[in-house]
Amino acid sequence: MSAYKEIVGNGLWKQNPGVVQLLGLCPTLAVTTTLVNGLSLGLATALVMAASNGAVSPVRRYIPDEIRVPVFILVIAALVSVIDLSINAFALPLHQVLGIFIPLIVVNCIVLARVESFAAKNSPVPSVLDGFMMGIGLTLVLTLLGGMRELVGRGTLFSGIDLVFGPDAAQFIVTVIPDYHGFLLAILPPGAFIGLALLIASKNWVDQRKAASAKADSLPLAPVASH
Amino acid sequence: MPKEIVKHALKTALIMIAFALVGTTMLAYVYKITKTPIAASEAKARMALFRQIVPDDMHDNPLLEDVIEIAPDPLLGNRTVSHVYRARLAGEPMAVILEAIAPDGYSGDIKLLVAIRVDGTISGVRVLAHKETPGLGDYIDITHSSWIKQFDGHSLSSRAVELWKVKKDGGQFDYMAGATITPRAVVKAVHKVLEYFEIHRESLFAVEVTESEPVVAAGVAS
Repeated sequence: MSAYKEIVGNGLWKQNPGVVQLLGLCPTLAVTTTLVNGLSLGLATALVMAASNGAVSPVRRYIPDEIRVPVFILVIAALVSVIDLSINAFALPLHQVLGIFIPLIVVNCIVLARVESFAAKNSPVPSVLDGFMMGIGLTLVLTLLGGMRELVGRGTLFSGIDLVFGPDAAQFIVTVIPDYHGFLLAILPPGAFIGLALLIASKNWVDQRKAASAKADSLPLAPVASH
Repeated sequence: MPKEIVKHALKTALIMIAFALVGTTMLAYVYKITKTPIAASEAKARMALFRQIVPDDMHDNPLLEDVIEIAPDPLLGNRTVSHVYRARLAGEPMAVILEAIAPDGYSGDIKLLVAIRVDGTISGVRVLAHKETPGLGDYIDITHSSWIKQFDGHSLSSRAVELWKVKKDGGQFDYMAGATITPRAVVKAVHKVLEYFEIHRESLFAVEVTESEPVVAAGVAS
Protein backbone atom coordinates (compact mmCIF):
# COMPACT_ATOMS: atom_id res chain seq x y z
CA MET A 1 0.00 0.00 0.00
CA SER A 2 2.79 2.38 0.88
CA ALA A 3 4.21 1.81 -2.61
CA TYR A 4 1.02 3.25 -4.11
CA LYS A 5 1.15 6.13 -1.66
CA GLU A 6 4.67 6.86 -2.82
CA ILE A 7 3.60 6.82 -6.47
CA VAL A 8 0.86 9.33 -5.71
CA GLY A 9 3.24 11.51 -3.70
CA ASN A 10 5.86 11.43 -6.43
CA GLY A 11 3.38 12.40 -9.13
CA LEU A 12 1.72 15.19 -7.22
CA TRP A 13 4.67 16.69 -5.38
CA LYS A 14 8.11 15.12 -5.05
CA GLN A 15 8.68 14.32 -8.73
CA ASN A 16 6.03 16.66 -10.17
CA PRO A 17 6.56 16.72 -13.96
CA GLY A 18 5.73 20.42 -14.25
CA VAL A 19 7.92 21.95 -11.56
CA VAL A 20 10.49 19.26 -10.67
CA GLN A 21 11.19 17.06 -13.69
CA LEU A 22 10.56 20.00 -16.03
CA LEU A 23 9.70 17.64 -18.86
CA GLY A 24 7.28 18.58 -21.59
CA LEU A 25 7.79 22.31 -21.23
CA CYS A 26 6.68 23.01 -24.79
CA PRO A 27 2.95 22.41 -24.23
CA THR A 28 3.24 23.63 -20.64
CA LEU A 29 4.36 27.04 -21.79
CA ALA A 30 2.42 27.29 -25.04
CA VAL A 31 -1.06 26.26 -23.96
CA THR A 32 -1.46 27.78 -20.50
CA THR A 33 -2.92 31.11 -21.59
CA THR A 34 -6.12 30.43 -19.65
CA LEU A 35 -7.11 28.24 -16.72
CA VAL A 36 -9.51 26.17 -18.82
CA ASN A 37 -6.85 25.55 -21.48
CA GLY A 38 -4.34 24.38 -18.90
CA LEU A 39 -6.83 22.11 -17.16
CA SER A 40 -8.03 20.57 -20.44
CA LEU A 41 -4.57 19.81 -21.77
CA GLY A 42 -3.54 18.45 -18.37
CA LEU A 43 -6.44 16.02 -18.18
CA ALA A 44 -5.92 14.86 -21.77
CA THR A 45 -2.24 14.26 -21.00
CA ALA A 46 -3.11 12.32 -17.84
CA LEU A 47 -5.37 10.05 -19.88
CA VAL A 48 -2.69 9.41 -22.49
CA MET A 49 -0.04 8.76 -19.82
CA ALA A 50 -2.21 6.26 -17.96
CA ALA A 51 -3.06 4.53 -21.25
CA SER A 52 0.52 4.39 -22.55
CA ASN A 53 1.93 3.17 -19.23
CA GLY A 54 -0.81 0.57 -19.11
CA ALA A 55 -0.10 -0.54 -22.67
CA VAL A 56 3.66 -0.89 -22.28
CA SER A 57 3.82 -2.50 -18.84
CA PRO A 58 2.21 -5.88 -19.71
CA VAL A 59 4.50 -6.42 -22.72
CA ARG A 60 7.66 -5.00 -21.15
CA ARG A 61 9.40 -8.39 -21.01
CA TYR A 62 9.09 -8.86 -24.78
CA ILE A 63 10.70 -5.57 -25.71
CA PRO A 64 14.46 -5.91 -26.27
CA ASP A 65 16.54 -3.13 -24.76
CA GLU A 66 18.00 -2.00 -28.10
CA ILE A 67 14.66 -1.11 -29.66
CA ARG A 68 12.71 -0.07 -26.59
CA VAL A 69 12.59 3.64 -27.46
CA PRO A 70 11.20 3.20 -31.01
CA VAL A 71 8.68 0.70 -29.68
CA PHE A 72 7.60 3.10 -26.93
CA ILE A 73 7.24 5.96 -29.40
CA LEU A 74 5.22 3.74 -31.71
CA VAL A 75 2.89 2.73 -28.89
CA ILE A 76 2.43 6.32 -27.69
CA ALA A 77 1.87 7.72 -31.18
CA ALA A 78 -0.65 5.02 -32.03
CA LEU A 79 -2.51 5.53 -28.74
CA VAL A 80 -2.66 9.29 -29.12
CA SER A 81 -3.94 8.99 -32.68
CA VAL A 82 -6.61 6.54 -31.58
CA ILE A 83 -7.71 8.85 -28.76
CA ASP A 84 -7.65 11.84 -31.12
CA LEU A 85 -9.80 10.08 -33.74
CA SER A 86 -12.22 8.73 -31.15
CA ILE A 87 -12.77 12.10 -29.49
CA ASN A 88 -13.21 13.72 -32.89
CA ALA A 89 -15.81 11.16 -33.90
CA PHE A 90 -17.75 10.75 -30.69
CA ALA A 91 -17.25 13.95 -28.68
CA LEU A 92 -17.01 16.77 -31.19
CA PRO A 93 -17.46 19.72 -28.77
CA LEU A 94 -14.58 18.39 -26.68
CA HIS A 95 -12.50 17.95 -29.79
CA GLN A 96 -13.03 21.54 -30.86
CA VAL A 97 -11.38 22.61 -27.61
CA LEU A 98 -8.74 19.92 -27.14
CA GLY A 99 -8.25 19.18 -30.82
CA ILE A 100 -5.12 21.23 -31.27
CA PHE A 101 -3.62 19.99 -28.00
CA ILE A 102 -4.01 16.25 -28.42
CA PRO A 103 -1.39 15.86 -31.20
CA LEU A 104 0.89 17.99 -29.01
CA ILE A 105 0.83 15.25 -26.39
CA VAL A 106 2.85 12.97 -28.70
CA VAL A 107 5.78 15.36 -28.55
CA ASN A 108 5.47 15.76 -24.78
CA CYS A 109 8.52 13.90 -23.52
CA ILE A 110 6.99 13.35 -20.08
CA VAL A 111 4.89 10.58 -21.61
CA LEU A 112 7.95 8.77 -22.98
CA ALA A 113 9.87 9.47 -19.78
CA ARG A 114 7.31 7.73 -17.58
CA VAL A 115 7.02 4.76 -19.94
CA GLU A 116 10.81 4.40 -20.01
CA SER A 117 11.51 4.96 -16.33
CA PHE A 118 8.43 3.37 -14.75
CA ALA A 119 6.20 1.23 -16.95
CA ALA A 120 9.18 -0.62 -18.45
CA LYS A 121 10.16 -1.83 -14.96
CA ASN A 122 6.88 -2.27 -13.08
CA SER A 123 3.69 -4.29 -13.27
CA PRO A 124 0.55 -2.87 -14.95
CA VAL A 125 -1.44 -1.59 -11.97
CA PRO A 126 1.28 0.60 -10.42
CA SER A 127 2.23 1.70 -13.96
CA VAL A 128 -1.25 2.96 -14.79
CA LEU A 129 -1.40 4.70 -11.42
CA ASP A 130 2.00 6.29 -12.00
CA GLY A 131 1.02 7.55 -15.45
CA PHE A 132 -2.24 8.94 -14.17
CA MET A 133 -0.82 10.60 -11.05
CA MET A 134 2.07 12.13 -13.01
CA GLY A 135 -0.55 13.46 -15.40
CA ILE A 136 -2.59 14.88 -12.54
CA GLY A 137 0.56 16.47 -11.10
CA LEU A 138 1.14 18.12 -14.46
CA THR A 139 -2.52 19.14 -14.59
CA LEU A 140 -2.16 20.95 -11.24
CA VAL A 141 0.79 22.96 -12.54
CA LEU A 142 -0.89 23.71 -15.89
CA THR A 143 -4.09 24.82 -14.16
CA LEU A 144 -2.26 27.04 -11.68
CA LEU A 145 -0.09 28.54 -14.39
CA GLY A 146 -3.07 29.05 -16.69
CA GLY A 147 -5.07 30.64 -13.89
CA MET A 148 -2.21 32.99 -12.97
CA ARG A 149 -1.65 34.09 -16.55
CA GLU A 150 -5.34 34.55 -17.23
CA LEU A 151 -5.87 36.54 -14.03
CA VAL A 152 -2.94 38.87 -14.63
CA GLY A 153 -3.29 38.99 -18.40
CA ARG A 154 -7.04 39.44 -18.79
CA GLY A 155 -8.48 39.89 -15.32
CA THR A 156 -10.82 36.91 -15.71
CA LEU A 157 -10.97 33.27 -14.64
CA PHE A 158 -12.55 30.29 -16.42
CA SER A 159 -12.91 32.11 -19.76
CA GLY A 160 -13.51 29.56 -22.50
CA ILE A 161 -15.37 27.23 -20.16
CA ASP A 162 -18.40 27.61 -22.44
CA LEU A 163 -16.40 25.88 -25.18
CA VAL A 164 -16.01 22.80 -22.99
CA PHE A 165 -19.40 22.62 -21.29
CA GLY A 166 -21.63 24.38 -23.82
CA PRO A 167 -22.88 27.98 -24.03
CA ASP A 168 -24.77 27.70 -20.72
CA ALA A 169 -21.50 27.42 -18.82
CA ALA A 170 -20.58 30.96 -19.87
CA GLN A 171 -22.13 32.17 -16.59
CA PHE A 172 -19.22 30.57 -14.71
CA ILE A 173 -16.73 32.99 -16.25
CA VAL A 174 -15.53 35.19 -13.42
CA THR A 175 -14.47 38.73 -14.15
CA VAL A 176 -12.14 39.30 -11.24
CA ILE A 177 -11.01 42.76 -12.23
CA PRO A 178 -13.79 44.67 -13.98
CA ASP A 179 -12.89 47.09 -16.77
CA TYR A 180 -9.39 45.63 -16.96
CA HIS A 181 -7.31 46.58 -19.96
CA GLY A 182 -5.18 43.48 -19.88
CA PHE A 183 -1.51 42.92 -19.23
CA LEU A 184 -0.28 41.36 -22.44
CA LEU A 185 3.06 40.17 -21.08
CA ALA A 186 1.33 37.53 -18.98
CA ILE A 187 -0.43 36.08 -22.04
CA LEU A 188 2.65 36.09 -24.27
CA PRO A 189 5.44 33.47 -23.92
CA PRO A 190 7.54 35.50 -21.42
CA GLY A 191 4.60 35.40 -19.03
CA ALA A 192 4.69 31.60 -19.21
CA PHE A 193 8.36 31.49 -18.26
CA ILE A 194 7.96 34.01 -15.43
CA GLY A 195 4.87 32.22 -14.11
CA LEU A 196 6.57 28.82 -14.21
CA ALA A 197 9.63 30.25 -12.46
CA LEU A 198 7.40 31.61 -9.67
CA LEU A 199 5.75 28.19 -9.27
CA ILE A 200 9.09 26.38 -9.12
CA ALA A 201 10.39 28.90 -6.60
CA SER A 202 7.29 28.52 -4.40
CA LYS A 203 7.60 24.73 -4.48
CA ASN A 204 11.26 24.92 -3.47
CA TRP A 205 10.46 27.46 -0.77
CA VAL A 206 7.84 25.16 0.76
CA ASP A 207 10.27 22.22 0.60
CA GLN A 208 13.03 24.21 2.28
CA ARG A 209 10.74 25.40 5.05
CA LYS A 210 9.66 21.82 5.61
CA ALA A 211 13.24 20.58 5.66
CA ALA A 212 14.27 23.33 8.04
CA SER A 213 11.45 22.61 10.48
CA ALA A 214 12.16 18.87 10.28
CA LYS A 215 15.78 19.54 11.14
CA ALA A 216 14.77 21.73 14.07
CA ASP A 217 12.39 19.00 15.27
CA SER A 218 15.09 16.34 15.17
CA LEU A 219 17.37 18.37 17.44
CA PRO A 220 14.93 19.46 20.11
CA LEU A 221 17.23 18.96 23.09
CA ALA A 222 20.38 20.66 21.95
CA PRO A 223 19.45 23.78 20.02
CA VAL A 224 22.39 25.76 21.38
CA ALA A 225 24.99 23.14 20.74
CA SER A 226 24.06 22.70 17.15
CA HIS A 227 26.35 25.44 15.91
CA MET B 1 29.99 -15.91 -33.69
CA PRO B 2 28.41 -13.90 -36.55
CA LYS B 3 25.61 -16.44 -36.59
CA GLU B 4 24.65 -15.41 -33.06
CA ILE B 5 24.62 -11.74 -34.04
CA VAL B 6 22.48 -12.38 -37.09
CA LYS B 7 20.04 -14.39 -35.02
CA HIS B 8 19.80 -11.67 -32.40
CA ALA B 9 19.34 -8.93 -35.00
CA LEU B 10 16.66 -10.93 -36.77
CA LYS B 11 14.80 -11.52 -33.55
CA THR B 12 14.92 -7.82 -32.66
CA ALA B 13 13.75 -6.81 -36.12
CA LEU B 14 10.87 -9.27 -35.99
CA ILE B 15 9.72 -7.89 -32.64
CA MET B 16 9.86 -4.36 -34.02
CA ILE B 17 7.84 -5.45 -37.06
CA ALA B 18 5.30 -7.16 -34.82
CA PHE B 19 4.76 -3.99 -32.79
CA ALA B 20 4.53 -1.90 -35.97
CA LEU B 21 1.96 -4.32 -37.39
CA VAL B 22 -0.19 -4.27 -34.28
CA GLY B 23 0.01 -0.46 -34.09
CA THR B 24 -0.81 0.02 -37.76
CA THR B 25 -3.71 -2.44 -37.67
CA MET B 26 -5.17 -0.70 -34.63
CA LEU B 27 -4.85 2.72 -36.28
CA ALA B 28 -6.32 1.54 -39.58
CA TYR B 29 -9.26 -0.01 -37.79
CA VAL B 30 -10.01 3.06 -35.67
CA TYR B 31 -9.59 5.31 -38.71
CA LYS B 32 -12.10 3.20 -40.61
CA ILE B 33 -14.80 3.20 -37.93
CA THR B 34 -14.39 6.92 -37.13
CA LYS B 35 -14.22 8.18 -40.72
CA THR B 36 -17.96 8.61 -41.27
CA PRO B 37 -18.79 10.17 -37.87
CA ILE B 38 -15.86 12.58 -38.27
CA ALA B 39 -16.98 13.65 -41.76
CA ALA B 40 -20.52 14.08 -40.47
CA SER B 41 -19.48 16.16 -37.46
CA GLU B 42 -17.18 18.32 -39.59
CA ALA B 43 -20.04 18.94 -42.00
CA LYS B 44 -22.27 19.81 -39.06
CA ALA B 45 -19.73 22.25 -37.65
CA ARG B 46 -19.29 23.84 -41.06
CA MET B 47 -23.05 24.16 -41.53
CA ALA B 48 -23.36 25.82 -38.12
CA LEU B 49 -20.78 28.36 -39.24
CA PHE B 50 -22.52 28.90 -42.59
CA ARG B 51 -25.81 29.41 -40.80
CA GLN B 52 -24.33 32.44 -39.02
CA ILE B 53 -23.68 34.23 -42.30
CA VAL B 54 -26.34 32.76 -44.59
CA PRO B 55 -29.54 32.22 -42.57
CA ASP B 56 -31.67 29.18 -43.31
CA ASP B 57 -34.49 31.26 -44.83
CA MET B 58 -32.12 32.48 -47.53
CA HIS B 59 -31.69 29.10 -49.19
CA ASP B 60 -33.34 25.74 -49.66
CA ASN B 61 -30.47 23.87 -51.30
CA PRO B 62 -27.79 21.85 -49.51
CA LEU B 63 -24.99 24.43 -49.28
CA LEU B 64 -22.23 21.88 -48.76
CA GLU B 65 -23.09 20.11 -52.00
CA ASP B 66 -23.55 23.17 -54.24
CA VAL B 67 -19.86 23.91 -54.31
CA ILE B 68 -17.34 24.87 -56.97
CA GLU B 69 -13.56 25.06 -56.83
CA ILE B 70 -11.70 28.25 -57.64
CA ALA B 71 -8.11 28.24 -58.84
CA PRO B 72 -5.66 30.56 -57.02
CA ASP B 73 -6.64 34.19 -57.61
CA PRO B 74 -4.88 37.28 -56.27
CA LEU B 75 -8.20 38.84 -55.29
CA LEU B 76 -9.07 35.87 -53.09
CA GLY B 77 -5.53 35.46 -51.81
CA ASN B 78 -5.71 31.68 -52.09
CA ARG B 79 -2.59 29.78 -53.05
CA THR B 80 -4.36 26.46 -53.45
CA VAL B 81 -7.85 25.62 -54.66
CA SER B 82 -10.50 27.46 -52.69
CA HIS B 83 -14.21 26.69 -52.44
CA VAL B 84 -17.31 28.70 -53.23
CA TYR B 85 -20.68 27.56 -51.85
CA ARG B 86 -23.84 28.76 -53.57
CA ALA B 87 -27.11 29.47 -51.79
CA ARG B 88 -30.27 29.24 -53.87
CA LEU B 89 -33.94 29.67 -53.03
CA ALA B 90 -36.33 27.84 -55.36
CA GLY B 91 -33.52 27.66 -57.89
CA GLU B 92 -32.85 31.40 -57.85
CA PRO B 93 -29.31 32.50 -56.86
CA MET B 94 -29.37 34.20 -53.45
CA ALA B 95 -25.82 34.36 -52.13
CA VAL B 96 -22.35 32.86 -52.29
CA ILE B 97 -19.93 31.96 -49.54
CA LEU B 98 -16.33 32.45 -50.64
CA GLU B 99 -13.24 31.17 -48.90
CA ALA B 100 -10.54 33.82 -48.94
CA ILE B 101 -7.20 34.51 -47.30
CA ALA B 102 -5.83 37.76 -45.91
CA PRO B 103 -2.13 37.07 -46.39
CA ASP B 104 -0.84 40.09 -44.46
CA GLY B 105 -2.00 39.46 -40.91
CA TYR B 106 0.31 40.19 -38.00
CA SER B 107 1.38 36.56 -37.92
CA GLY B 108 0.57 34.87 -41.17
CA ASP B 109 -2.56 34.05 -43.07
CA ILE B 110 -6.04 34.88 -41.81
CA LYS B 111 -8.56 32.52 -43.38
CA LEU B 112 -11.93 34.11 -44.01
CA LEU B 113 -15.42 33.09 -45.07
CA VAL B 114 -17.21 35.93 -46.87
CA ALA B 115 -20.89 35.59 -47.69
CA ILE B 116 -22.14 37.97 -50.38
CA ARG B 117 -25.76 38.34 -51.45
CA VAL B 118 -26.50 38.34 -55.15
CA ASP B 119 -26.98 42.13 -55.07
CA GLY B 120 -23.37 42.57 -53.93
CA THR B 121 -23.96 43.35 -50.25
CA ILE B 122 -22.17 41.42 -47.55
CA SER B 123 -24.33 38.98 -45.65
CA GLY B 124 -21.62 38.15 -43.17
CA VAL B 125 -17.91 37.57 -42.64
CA ARG B 126 -16.29 35.04 -40.31
CA VAL B 127 -12.71 34.16 -39.49
CA LEU B 128 -12.05 30.47 -40.11
CA ALA B 129 -8.50 30.34 -38.80
CA HIS B 130 -5.87 32.81 -37.70
CA LYS B 131 -2.65 33.00 -35.72
CA GLU B 132 -3.01 36.59 -34.44
CA THR B 133 -1.77 37.49 -30.97
CA PRO B 134 -4.10 36.11 -28.27
CA GLY B 135 -5.77 38.91 -26.35
CA LEU B 136 -4.65 41.53 -28.85
CA GLY B 137 -5.36 40.80 -32.50
CA ASP B 138 -7.87 38.02 -31.95
CA TYR B 139 -10.88 40.33 -31.66
CA ILE B 140 -11.53 39.65 -35.36
CA ASP B 141 -12.80 36.26 -34.18
CA ILE B 142 -16.53 36.21 -33.40
CA THR B 143 -15.86 34.26 -30.18
CA HIS B 144 -13.90 37.26 -28.84
CA SER B 145 -15.85 40.27 -30.10
CA SER B 146 -18.47 41.27 -32.61
CA TRP B 147 -15.97 43.42 -34.55
CA ILE B 148 -16.37 41.25 -37.65
CA LYS B 149 -20.08 42.08 -37.84
CA GLN B 150 -19.46 45.66 -38.97
CA PHE B 151 -19.05 44.38 -42.53
CA ASP B 152 -22.67 43.20 -42.61
CA GLY B 153 -24.71 45.00 -45.25
CA HIS B 154 -21.81 46.82 -46.86
CA SER B 155 -20.92 46.64 -50.51
CA LEU B 156 -18.59 48.23 -53.03
CA SER B 157 -21.16 51.01 -53.54
CA SER B 158 -22.09 51.58 -49.88
CA ARG B 159 -18.62 52.85 -49.08
CA ALA B 160 -16.14 54.52 -51.40
CA VAL B 161 -12.85 52.70 -52.00
CA GLU B 162 -10.86 55.18 -49.91
CA LEU B 163 -13.17 54.54 -46.96
CA TRP B 164 -12.56 50.77 -47.02
CA LYS B 165 -9.86 51.21 -44.43
CA VAL B 166 -9.61 51.25 -40.65
CA LYS B 167 -10.31 54.64 -39.06
CA LYS B 168 -6.65 55.12 -38.24
CA ASP B 169 -5.88 55.12 -41.99
CA GLY B 170 -8.72 57.54 -42.76
CA GLY B 171 -11.34 54.89 -43.45
CA GLN B 172 -14.59 54.05 -41.72
CA PHE B 173 -13.91 50.72 -40.04
CA ASP B 174 -13.40 50.48 -36.31
CA TYR B 175 -10.29 48.91 -34.84
CA MET B 176 -8.90 48.42 -31.36
CA ALA B 177 -5.90 50.41 -30.23
CA GLY B 178 -2.73 48.36 -30.18
CA ALA B 179 -3.73 46.01 -32.98
CA THR B 180 -4.14 47.76 -36.31
CA ILE B 181 -2.31 45.38 -38.63
CA THR B 182 -4.83 42.59 -38.13
CA PRO B 183 -8.04 44.56 -38.91
CA ARG B 184 -6.25 46.36 -41.74
CA ALA B 185 -5.52 42.99 -43.37
CA VAL B 186 -9.11 41.79 -42.91
CA VAL B 187 -10.67 44.97 -44.29
CA LYS B 188 -8.39 44.84 -47.31
CA ALA B 189 -9.13 41.17 -47.96
CA VAL B 190 -12.91 41.61 -47.65
CA HIS B 191 -12.79 44.50 -50.12
CA LYS B 192 -10.85 42.38 -52.57
CA VAL B 193 -13.38 39.56 -52.26
CA LEU B 194 -16.12 42.07 -53.15
CA GLU B 195 -14.14 43.08 -56.22
CA TYR B 196 -13.76 39.42 -57.16
CA PHE B 197 -17.49 38.92 -56.80
CA GLU B 198 -18.20 42.00 -58.94
CA ILE B 199 -16.12 40.56 -61.79
CA HIS B 200 -17.32 36.96 -61.54
CA ARG B 201 -20.90 37.45 -60.36
CA GLU B 202 -22.53 35.68 -63.31
CA SER B 203 -20.11 32.79 -63.65
CA LEU B 204 -20.03 32.03 -59.92
CA PHE B 205 -23.65 30.92 -60.05
CA ALA B 206 -23.54 29.41 -63.55
CA VAL B 207 -20.64 26.99 -63.22
CA GLU B 208 -21.55 23.35 -62.68
CA VAL B 209 -20.81 21.75 -59.32
CA THR B 210 -17.23 20.49 -59.20
CA GLU B 211 -17.48 16.73 -59.16
CA SER B 212 -13.83 15.92 -58.60
CA GLU B 213 -13.92 15.50 -54.86
CA PRO B 214 -17.06 15.59 -52.75
CA VAL B 215 -16.32 17.85 -49.80
CA VAL B 216 -18.35 15.78 -47.38
CA ALA B 217 -20.05 12.44 -47.32
CA ALA B 218 -23.38 12.55 -49.11
CA GLY B 219 -26.55 12.79 -47.10
CA VAL B 220 -25.32 14.81 -44.14
CA ALA B 221 -25.89 18.32 -45.42
CA SER B 222 -28.13 20.63 -43.41
